[in-house]
Amino acid sequence: MTALVVDDNMVNRTIHHQLLDNLGIENVAVGNGKEAVDIHCSGKAFDLILMDMDMPIMNGIEATRKLREMGIRSMIAGVSTRSMEQEIREFIEAGLDDYQEKPLTVSKLISIIRKIN
Amino acid sequence: MERNPLRRQLQMMRKSFFDQGYLDDQFVQLEELQDEANPNFVEEVVTLYYRDSSRLILSIEQALERKPFDFNKLDAYMHQFKGSSSSIGAKKVKAESTLFREYCKSGNKEGCMRCFQQLKKEYATLRKKLEAYFQLARQAGPMETACRPK
Repeated sequence: MTALVVDDNMVNRTIHHQLLDNLGIENVAVGNGKEAVDIHCSGKAFDLILMDMDMPIMNGIEATRKLREMGIRSMIAGVSTRSMEQEIREFIEAGLDDYQEKPLTVSKLISIIRKIN
Repeated sequence: MERNPLRRQLQMMRKSFFDQGYLDDQFVQLEELQDEANPNFVEEVVTLYYRDSSRLILSIEQALERKPFDFNKLDAYMHQFKGSSSSIGAKKVKAESTLFREYCKSGNKEGCMRCFQQLKKEYATLRKKLEAYFQLARQAGPMETACRPK
């Protein structure tokens, strides 16, 4: 299994990378939605995308929408600090398969992965 | 009961962080990611947090000096800062961040400034405590397992 971490925050990228590493999931991290789209345009594919919502250049909502328009069928899990339903509704409607509130933990990540399997 | 006095001191120090509300369970989550391949993971993440968040602190300070106040910008900065603080389990810092954002939303300039001073105190206090903790941990040597707070 492979994963892409999309988060503008270096601390979160480091933690999410380690979480995935410890579960034996090969992963790559990028800093915003545009980089997530670009890496897919370069031909790379991932089983799982952990997508932050608030990012510069291209946010998680736009990136998710764009990836779905490109035909990307990977599991995209939104991971954000937002908790209000209306805040995350647009994110979910952009094409998420799951949403987890940060901070991401092992148990939250396992529940995301179970949905892939 | 830990027999090694340094390790005992380390355990007590760690317990105090949770008892006094400086850290929450997210810190334990970080400890559980630490292993033989990454024996200093927690210290590395905390160091990264303080390096990364110091830029945000500076941006917020500069934004607080500008007139008129841009509450949206302040809130955006604090949203990022709160996210990082939450990721390392910095409980008191996170609480002050939440309060600051509430002051931003209500357009309360005095509240923002007062809260930010308190936030910086908590941020600095936690930094000192964690630096002392990691220094002691280095002296005590590697732990075999992470301990859950009681």
